[in-house]
Amino acid sequence: MKTWVRQHRQAFVSALARLRRTTSLFSVFVIGVALSLPAGGYALLAGLSDVAARITPEPQVSVFLTTEAAEEDTKATLAALKADVRVASVQFVPRESALKSLAEVQGMREVIDALGANPLPDAFLVRLKEPAEEAFVAKAAGLPGVAHVQADTAWAARLAALTGIARLVVWALAAVLGAGLVAVTFNTIGLQVLTQREEIEVLKLIGATDAFIHRPFYYLGLLQGLMGGLVALAIVWVGLALLNTEAAPLAASYGSDFRFPGLTPGDAAAIAIFAALIGWLGAYLSVRRRLAEAEPGRK
Amino acid sequence: MVSFSAVAKRYPGGLTALHDATFSIDAGELVFVTGRSGAGKSTLLKLIPAIERPTTGTVIVGGQNVGALKRSAVPYLRRNIGLVFQDQKLLYDRSVYDNVVLPLAFSGHSPREATRRARAALDKVGLLGRERANPIQLSGGEQQRLAIARAVVNRPAILIADEPTANLDAESALRIAEIFIAFHQVGVTVLIATHDETLVERYGRRVLQVEAGRVSELTRS
Repeated sequence: MKTWVRQHRQAFVSALARLRRTTSLFSVFVIGVALSLPAGGYALLAGLSDVAARITPEPQVSVFLTTEAAEEDTKATLAALKADVRVASVQFVPRESALKSLAEVQGMREVIDALGANPLPDAFLVRLKEPAEEAFVAKAAGLPGVAHVQADTAWAARLAALTGIARLVVWALAAVLGAGLVAVTFNTIGLQVLTQREEIEVLKLIGATDAFIHRPFYYLGLLQGLMGGLVALAIVWVGLALLNTEAAPLAASYGSDFRFPGLTPGDAAAIAIFAALIGWLGAYLSVRRRLAEAEPGRK
Repeated sequence: MVSFSAVAKRYPGGLTALHDATFSIDAGELVFVTGRSGAGKSTLLKLIPAIERPTTGTVIVGGQNVGALKRSAVPYLRRNIGLVFQDQKLLYDRSVYDNVVLPLAFSGHSPREATRRARAALDKVGLLGRERANPIQLSGGEQQRLAIARAVVNRPAILIADEPTANLDAESALRIAEIFIAFHQVGVTVLIATHDETLVERYGRRVLQVEAGRVSELTRS
C-alpha cells in the first residue's frame, strides 16, 4: 500500500513538472477557452431560467368583449365563465376602468385625448386552476359577445420553450467541444509520449510495468483538464461580472435589480470535474495508442 | 538458468537472425557470446528478457517460458535481469544517482533502502561521489559503468551485456570487464556479447560462437 501511494505521488509530481512545459500550458488555455463557451452559456441560461420561473404568472386568460356587446351578453359570458370548473376566479374589467389604467401609462394620456372616444372594450380577467389555456380559449371564444380571447401566459411558455432549445444547444456545444478537447489532450499527451520515448523505452527495459509508465500521463491529462476547467470558470466569472455591470442600468430602467447569478459551487465543481475527466480520457486514449509504439525492439 | 531449445527468430521482413539455437547456461556461469556484427548475437541476447520473442523453439529463463509469457508478466521477468547496452541507454536529463535509482522506483523499496542500494551499486562501479553529476559529464567508460550500476542495483540473477566495451579504450574496457567478473564471482550469471578477442582470451571460460544465426559452442584449449 505504501509503495502504491509512493508511486502515485511520484507520478503526480512528475505530471506537475510536465504540466509546466509550454505545450501543456497552451493546452490548458485552449481547454479553458473552449469550455468557457458552454460553461458561460449554461450560466446565462441558469439566470434566464430563473427569471422565467419567477415571472411566469398563474395561468391567466383575458376575454375581451365587442364594444357593442349587450349587457345580457356580458352577464351570460360571466355566468358561463364562473360555471367552468377550470376557472379559479373571474374579474370583470369595465372599459372605463381599462381606459383609466391605460391613461396612467406614460405618454398614453395624449393619445387617448386625441382619440376622443374610449376605444377599449369590457373584458374579463380569468385565472385558471391549471395551465390548460388552449382548450379554454377555444371555448371562451364562442361565448356571447366575445371578440377576442388572449392567453396571457403564452409568451412565458414561448420563453420557456426557447430556454429549453438554448439549453439543448448548450449541451450539444458541450458535447462537441468536449470531444474536441479530448482530441486536444490526445495530441498533447501523444507529443509528450513521443518526446519521452527514450525514457519510456529504458523504463520498459528495466522492468517498469505499463501502469507505472502510464500513470504520469494520466495525471498529466487529468491536471491539464482540471486546470483548463478552472480557466473556463475564471473566464465565465469575469464575463458575467462584466455583463452584470453593463446590464444593471438596463434592469434598473425596468425597476428590477436583476443580475445573472453566476454558477453555483455545485455547477462549478461539475464543470471542473467534467474538464478533468475529458483530460484523463484524452490521455488514456493517447497513452494506449502511443505507448505500444515505444516497446523496446520496435522501430 | 537460461535454456534455448531449437530457437529460431525471423523478423517480419523475412530476415532470419537465429537458426535452431540450442544451448543452456547454468546459474552463476560466465559466458561470452562472440561473432561478427550482424551474426545474431544481439538477437540471441534480446530473446532472454523478452525484448524479442522466438519465432519457433523455446527459451526458458529462470524456469519461465519466455515465448509464452504474457505481456503483463514481462516487467517482472526483466527485474531479474540486468541489461547493459553498447549505447548505455542512460537518461541524460537526470543525474547519475537518478539513473541508478530508477529501477528501484517501482520495485517496492523504501526511499532509504533505495538510496542505500543505489550508493552500493555506484560504489561497486567506482562512481560513488559522482551522484550529482549529469551522465553527459562522464567519460565513455564511466557512462558504461553507470549503466552497469543501474543494471545491478536490483540485484538481478542474470546480467546481460551487449558489446559493453565497444568504443572504449583498452584500459576502460578492461575495467568494465573486471566489474563483470566481480559480479560473476558473487554468483551472478553473466552473458557478454562481444567481438573483442582480447577480452574473450583473457576471461572466456565458456564461449558461444554465433555465425550467420547459428550458435555453436567454441571449444577452448
